[in-house]
Amino acid sequence: MNWFTNFLSSSIGQKIIMSLTGLFLITFLIVHLTGNLQLLIHDEGKQFNLYAKFMTTNPLIKLTSYLLYASILLHAVQGVVLWQKNKNARGNQGYAKKTNRVVGTNSFAASNMAWLGIVIFVFIGLHLYQFWLQMKLGNLPMANYDGVEVKNLYAIVTQTYSNPVYVIVYVFSMAVIGFHLLHGFQSAFQTLGLTHKKYTPLIKGVGTIYAIAVPLLFAIIPVLIYLKIFPLSSFLH
Amino acid sequence: MKVTLKIWRQSGNDKKGQFVEYKLDNVKKEMSFLEMLDVLNEQLIQKKEQPVAFEHDCREGICGTCNMVINGFPHGPQQGTTTCQLHMRHFKDGDTIWIEPFRAKAFPIIRDLVVDRAAFDRIIQAGGYVSVNTGQAQDANAIPIQKEIVSEAFDAAACIGCGACVAACPNASAMLFVSAKVSHLSMLPQGKVEAKKRAQAMVKQMDEEGFGRCSNVTACEAECPKGISVANIARLNREYLGSVFTSEVNA
Ligand code: HEM
Ligand code: SF4
Ligand code: FES
Repeated sequence: MNWFTNFLSSSIGQKIIMSLTGLFLITFLIVHLTGNLQLLIHDEGKQFNLYAKFMTTNPLIKLTSYLLYASILLHAVQGVVLWQKNKNARGNQGYAKKTNRVVGTNSFAASNMAWLGIVIFVFIGLHLYQFWLQMKLGNLPMANYDGVEVKNLYAIVTQTYSNPVYVIVYVFSMAVIGFHLLHGFQSAFQTLGLTHKKYTPLIKGVGTIYAIAVPLLFAIIPVLIYLKIFPLSSFLH
Repeated sequence: MKVTLKIWRQSGNDKKGQFVEYKLDNVKKEMSFLEMLDVLNEQLIQKKEQPVAFEHDCREGICGTCNMVINGFPHGPQQGTTTCQLHMRHFKDGDTIWIEPFRAKAFPIIRDLVVDRAAFDRIIQAGGYVSVNTGQAQDANAIPIQKEIVSEAFDAAACIGCGACVAACPNASAMLFVSAKVSHLSMLPQGKVEAKKRAQAMVKQMDEEGFGRCSNVTACEAECPKGISVANIARLNREYLGSVFTSEVNA
């Protein structure tokens, strides 16, 4: 094998793949969140729909979105491969007494990354089916803003989250992402070797805030839609 | 004090094992954990039963052979000590104590609590050394080196190769051990020369031995009798990446 494939198949190389794709997904979530928050604008979805049109037509964003799909798949496949390898390395005979002392991370999250990931993967599937596929193929209602025809994704979103079941599924999934990142955020830096007395406390602090605040902000959106509360105002006029 | 022991008995790697219960009623608080097992074994021998096989050598916390999992904790619930340095005063009268061998595919069971840790030896043989004739001990100040770096290298060098990190890790990963060895050598002038080669060679051997992949769970650091920090694992990752991307080495 050549040096690069050697590297990618090594234990550390496989972890680097997890870390880089994970960090990319973390960055993406911020962008996605700023998009979603526009759903809470009191303008019947005008700004959100125009934003959705921009996000589905801009070529640079299209290119990034392919990178995103690839990252999710790579992260999920590599994650499951690592999980199986690790289960195998541990062997069938477990300990009669189980303990989980750890240092500076969330032990529940750290030892359940794969299960949390699988739930996230299922959620992403549902999420893509509900919105992304409708945007691509579905027969969406149209909205007309100053003579510009755009697909009314806002109508689909608000309709979906008038169903409390989908609101609950969404909120639950956000909690799962929160736990995944409670361990994952700082773990990604450790994997890259970026650990140091000087800045690791900052990484851990930012990671904890991110893992709580970002899923929470995501989760508030469908709840407010369900309650028909739209507290934000538009900067478009 | 009285204790009930539930000890894993297994007569060979291909044999089925199970927990066997033993009751001891003449345990003294001053006894070390291994002395308590010695008392049990004397009784078993008198009854013409097989004594419990366990490994030990120095009994002063430096050789790293006294491996067992006590109530779910490698080397017992007390942090920062090996089994031989654990004393019965840390248990209460009437306690039930579960004693199991280290469990990992790469550490096959030989008998009862004794596992084969030759995988660690092969990892050391792959690169955990300095290939120069060291000769006589150097004059203390002959090689100038920063105090902080010596201290950090020394902390990493404290690893006794016991394997508790592997036993504690849900993935049975050997990263803490390997990172301690790589860190210790790569920080010192004598070891730096071969650092790039060493990082790749030791990681390759670690992977071939069938240890799991590190998920940064940090159970290793929590259970390591020598308190080796997971900061060493980050250093190993750096050393490895540096070696792969900046050197000619292709292990
Ligand atoms: C919003 C989506 C996701 C984000 C932001 C994310 C982020 C992360 C991050 C940052 C890590 C730490 C990487 C490291 O330790 O170096 C990680 C680890 C992991 N992720 Fe995800 N992840 C996501 C979705 C998924 C999915 C869908 C799966 C699997 C089906 C998954 C499975 C895993 C596993 C198994 C690990 C642990 C790998 C290990 O340490 O051995 N993740 N994730
Ligand atoms: S790192 Fe700690 S637990 Fe692992 S082998 Fe060394 S001394 Fe034992
Ligand atoms: S017997 Fe040597 S460390 Fe315990």
